[in-house]
Amino acid sequence: MAGGERRRRRKLQLSKLFTLTSAKACFKPAHSQIGRSGFSRVVYCNQPDSPEADIEVNNRKVGVHRGNGNFDLKEWKTLRVGDILKVEKNDFFPADLVLLSSSYEDAVCYVETMNLDGETNLKLKQGLEATMSLREDIDFRDFEAFIKCEDPNANLYSFVGTIELQGGKYPLSPQQLLLRGSKLRNTDYIYGVVIFTGPDTKVVQNSTAPPSKRSMIERKMDKIIYLMFLMVVSLAFLGSVFFGISTREDLQNGIMKRWYLKPDDSSIFFDPKRAPIAAIYHFLSALMLNSYFIPISLYVSIEIVKVLQSIFINQDIHMYYEEADKPAHARTSNLNEELGQVGTILSDKTGTLTCNSMEFIKCSIAGTAYGRVVTEVEMALSRRKGSPSVNQSNGSVTEFAVAAEPAVKGFNIKDERIINGNWVKETHADVIQKFFRLLAVCHTVIPEVHEDTGKITYEAESPDEAAFVVAARELGFEFFVRTQTTISVRELDPATGRQVERLYKVLNVLEFNSSRKRMSVIVRDEDGKLLLLCKGADSVMFERLSRNGRKYEEETRDHVNEYADAGLRTLILAYRELDEKEYGLFTERISEAKNSVSADREALIDEVTEKIEKDLVLLGATAVEDKLQDGVPDCIDKLAQAGIKIWVLTGDKMETAINIGFACSLLRRDMKQIIINLETPEIQELEKSGEKDVIAEVVTRLVKLGSGQTTLAIGDGANDVGMLQEADIGVGISGVEGMQAVMSSDIAIAQFRYLERLLLVHGHWCYRRISKMICYFFYKNITFGFTLFLYEAYTSFSTTPAYNDWYLSLYSVLFSSLPVICLGIFDQDVSARFCLKFPVLYQEGVQNLLFSWRRILSWMFHGFCSAIIIFFLCKTSLESQAFNHEGKTAGRDILGGTMYTCVVWVVSLQMILTISYFTVIQHLVVWGSVALWYLFLMVYGSLPIRVSTDAYMVFLEVLAPAPSYWITTLLVVLSTMMPYFIFSAIQMQFFPMSHGIIRLLKYEDQCNDPGELEMVRQTSVRPVLVGFTARIEAIKRSVLRSH
Amino acid sequence: MAMTPNSASSSAAASGSADSSASRRNSKRPKYSKFTQQELPACKPILTPGWVILTFLVISVIFIPLGVVSLFASQDVVEIVDRYDNDCIPAPARANKVAYIQGDGDKSCIRNLTVPKLMKHPIYVYYQLENFYQNHRRYVKSRSDAQLRSVRDENQISACKPEDDANGQPIVPCGLIAWSLFNDTYTLTKDSQNLTGQNLTVNKNGIAWESDREHKFGKNVFPKNFQKGNLTGGGNLDVNKPLSEQEDLIVWMRTAALPTFRKLYGKIESDLQKGDVIHVNLKNNYNTYSFDGKKKLVLSTTSWLGGKNDFLGIAYLTVGGICFFLALAFTIMYLVKPRRLGDPTYLSWNRIPGGR
Repeated sequence: MAGGERRRRRKLQLSKLFTLTSAKACFKPAHSQIGRSGFSRVVYCNQPDSPEADIEVNNRKVGVHRGNGNFDLKEWKTLRVGDILKVEKNDFFPADLVLLSSSYEDAVCYVETMNLDGETNLKLKQGLEATMSLREDIDFRDFEAFIKCEDPNANLYSFVGTIELQGGKYPLSPQQLLLRGSKLRNTDYIYGVVIFTGPDTKVVQNSTAPPSKRSMIERKMDKIIYLMFLMVVSLAFLGSVFFGISTREDLQNGIMKRWYLKPDDSSIFFDPKRAPIAAIYHFLSALMLNSYFIPISLYVSIEIVKVLQSIFINQDIHMYYEEADKPAHARTSNLNEELGQVGTILSDKTGTLTCNSMEFIKCSIAGTAYGRVVTEVEMALSRRKGSPSVNQSNGSVTEFAVAAEPAVKGFNIKDERIINGNWVKETHADVIQKFFRLLAVCHTVIPEVHEDTGKITYEAESPDEAAFVVAARELGFEFFVRTQTTISVRELDPATGRQVERLYKVLNVLEFNSSRKRMSVIVRDEDGKLLLLCKGADSVMFERLSRNGRKYEEETRDHVNEYADAGLRTLILAYRELDEKEYGLFTERISEAKNSVSADREALIDEVTEKIEKDLVLLGATAVEDKLQDGVPDCIDKLAQAGIKIWVLTGDKMETAINIGFACSLLRRDMKQIIINLETPEIQELEKSGEKDVIAEVVTRLVKLGSGQTTLAIGDGANDVGMLQEADIGVGISGVEGMQAVMSSDIAIAQFRYLERLLLVHGHWCYRRISKMICYFFYKNITFGFTLFLYEAYTSFSTTPAYNDWYLSLYSVLFSSLPVICLGIFDQDVSARFCLKFPVLYQEGVQNLLFSWRRILSWMFHGFCSAIIIFFLCKTSLESQAFNHEGKTAGRDILGGTMYTCVVWVVSLQMILTISYFTVIQHLVVWGSVALWYLFLMVYGSLPIRVSTDAYMVFLEVLAPAPSYWITTLLVVLSTMMPYFIFSAIQMQFFPMSHGIIRLLKYEDQCNDPGELEMVRQTSVRPVLVGFTARIEAIKRSVLRSH
Repeated sequence: MAMTPNSASSSAAASGSADSSASRRNSKRPKYSKFTQQELPACKPILTPGWVILTFLVISVIFIPLGVVSLFASQDVVEIVDRYDNDCIPAPARANKVAYIQGDGDKSCIRNLTVPKLMKHPIYVYYQLENFYQNHRRYVKSRSDAQLRSVRDENQISACKPEDDANGQPIVPCGLIAWSLFNDTYTLTKDSQNLTGQNLTVNKNGIAWESDREHKFGKNVFPKNFQKGNLTGGGNLDVNKPLSEQEDLIVWMRTAALPTFRKLYGKIESDLQKGDVIHVNLKNNYNTYSFDGKKKLVLSTTSWLGGKNDFLGIAYLTVGGICFFLALAFTIMYLVKPRRLGDPTYLSWNRIPGGR
């Protein structure tokens, strides 16, 4: 499905041309008369000949009004703006529609927007009253309307427009807008008018092209390639100069020097009379010869290696999440090695660190605190305050955990004073009643009655809302039916002690948004009383209380602070009774504000609601726990030990954010908390727009630029998309919040805690492998290429290759390719267990120790040295004296064959010294490469002369029987290896790198001694600032200080 | 929905649950194999001091004897090298050697060589050229293997320019290499203690590689139009001998790797005693003077390792010696300053710069 979505988008980009024509069609006189921004589109409903035409390349079918009240199935691509559609239950909307009517009388319908914002809850949409009556196909025979609305834009949550029909003019709002990509649920069918199609739809407008990401190493590799190219060019240039000079001297004043070259009758390439041109031609052929410096096969090999590395990531059984049946999934293989270099992690909070499952565990009603369950944060706190011994706290924790098993999802109040209807005996029973009634009524939750069991489940916009309704139900206030205008609740009547059904007429819903930080409903109860029920954040609620509604304010404030300390989310509940006159005034104003069709409509509405949400009477406060994901604190601790900085991006209240920080060991009591508040207008505007993704994107970019380190963003929701795309690596959590984050991520994992293994094991390995592989690649090509250059220097720079053509082309393909690919796929410095045990190893990647310029250039230098040693030793050993006892001397074929043999041996042995992990495969490919060379020499040499040319019988007849060939090979190969071997012996002995020490430790079996291990751990983690290891350390330190 | 237990037990629980329900059907659970989990049995060698010392010792133990053997082999070889390019030009002509060598006069020259040590047969006779770029690209490419191999392909001369044809007739063998065939000749006589003026036959059979004679140069390919162009290069060929028997040509056509090279001229199948004097009557025909190339005549025996070259032996001894010294140094270092290898204090965070 998601794949299809993407494909469609791509195709849509091809159809930009059509957008253009459609845009032109927009410039009609009607457009200019409107004059205001946001009103540039005119839709003639139900008029098939309208000029608007968009082609949507898709062959799905949908019912389209053909005329005379008949609906036919048509392909999506034939849809035009102004068509009237009938969309059936569980179908996707093919375009952006304005809802006219639905199978429900009041024209409501439920929409699932998982594809758009990742939220799984259903959204309620409602058609206008004016169009509500169009409930049959036949009703559309004479229907005609005229819609003016805004230009196509990317804002999913705003829509401004009006519809004109039968002389009336009615405002349109997002409430009537059905977005393409969302799905019709719980509703049999709807009728709607197409207003945006294809590329004009909001979802397509919203989609940004995913950025192409390349890893730091690959970017650096490009630079190395440039460097190599520069080297090739300068070597070729140097050769050309010498060649030009020697060529010119061949014929001076008619006297030939090297007469055997016939310089008087030469081709352009060697013509002494035109030496400069010959030099230029030489330059070109020298470029060809020196091209062996540039490892062209490197890119191919790296691709192969990365694909296999991704397979290893996908196949890792330790990153498979059993409960959701989801393995890790590397969606791109580009960034494997980047995983080993992450310096900063930017994490989404909800759904990533926390489960996004809320539990209602405490409340404060009328100044009395209820609920005895101990939260995770409180446990962490008590653990922190108490003894640092882990074992002891372990025991107590399990006890808590058993005690805290909740019976109902979302509800976990353990307090006999209020459960089982006992609240009626409390002193403030009336307040408690109002409190729970408010919870049961003031929300936007949709109940779903299960057909067989009669059980009610709730679809809520946010899980804490669901938790409230569940809590109200568990305490005797069961909300069970919602219609467009009413809410029905089964209440426990404290007087009779029986369940009674009550109907509340919902007059207005004043919705929650991030600037208001509260929501209210205005209802009329069965007694005809008008009530405003309100819940919201403490920062906005306390100031709205009436003077005599502040009876419990002090206690409630204390409780709220306590809850916040315990890492809970709090909301303040309050209500007020309205008199008819005030309400009348309010309805008048609000409908006026809603009918105003301008950009500041929202502000107008806010202003009106502001006036009625005041003089409230405080009831109490709720506290909901946001549960942490499995293993989060442990994982964060490990990542912190690895020296990775962790940022949590959240739109929560500062207090909640700090609480979560404590809960995941990111914060500690003895830390200095620095709180930065930004009150600049830009930031506030961003905040107001409520688009966390935009903010996160901006923050990500700032962190990336500011720290210069590799950033990894991890998130699970559609609102994290921007962050995931902006960061160097985006890790999506394939959790409950839909697939949007996963689709735009580079790597998907099922749980936050798998990040530990992904980075410390796979990241570390991949980084090592790729950086070693690239270094080695350049080394082996320089070793090979520079022998060619040195030999060329002895041919008066005439670009004669030292080796047969086939040897040349097969070097990168046969004799040196497989071992290096194996290095890239399989090499491990230490096992996975030790990677996790010593997170300090990860710093090798963060500080880029293995791919620093120094290291790269050292490898290159090593290559040059090897080439020089090989060439000069071979040349001097095989000089001009007899090569064998039969007195034959060494020609080009012998010198070339011997040198090539030495090169193959040297790069293979270098591979042996480079690899730290030998399985059968490694032995097979490394020794296989050498054996393959001899085999090739034999087979190729036995081919007819036409094919083998100067390599004919070279091995069997010439090289193999001659002891000097073997003795020279042995000398050259071991002498060439000597400098590197001495270097690594000294390095291992005196300046070992971290992985070296750990390997030695393991070798000496010290790791089985727990005391030793602890010591190693501590030396490796001492200066870590966050994580619970650091927390325990801090406690130890403070204990020491106090003594 | 269990309340999340503390971190330590949670990871245990998670892994426990992962193991328990492995039998679920149609699951995406990765199949366990040592390969995919990257847990293949492997050996992970480390460069411990023990290994380092052992390696150095082994190398020195192999290299030093090999060096000694190679050096002895090289010392066994008796070699007489005589540079004659300058001396074989009469003193008056030395001002313009090129004119002399291109002139038509008699270019005979006598060289006397004294045998310093007993030389056992076979004794190989070489000519050595210096500063002669037989490996020049233009030169190397200027030949036609097809033509050398078979009569039918004698028209395949495209690679041979400018020595491809003479008056429209293909030259066999064509190309610059053949054209510039070395043509100095040596006739040897020996004065030993009791006999003077003994002829020393120089056997020219078997101086080329067998595969060249048998396969590269055709048995029924005869020289044609050779050295018939407007300019004569080097030596001429016997038109009545097939190419496969023209071993001088075959040797010459196997191009040398470096600008200084020796090529086999022939073999002397008898021993030379110490003090024997060899008179070489040579025809100094070949022009190396225009490019300042040296010409040398070399008489040499061979050992199992080939000709005289001390380098190999010395190099072996040097490398072996260095290894022995290093083995010693590492041992002393290890004894004097024993430090535990995996010293964990080295693993301190502080050692890595930039780490917080």
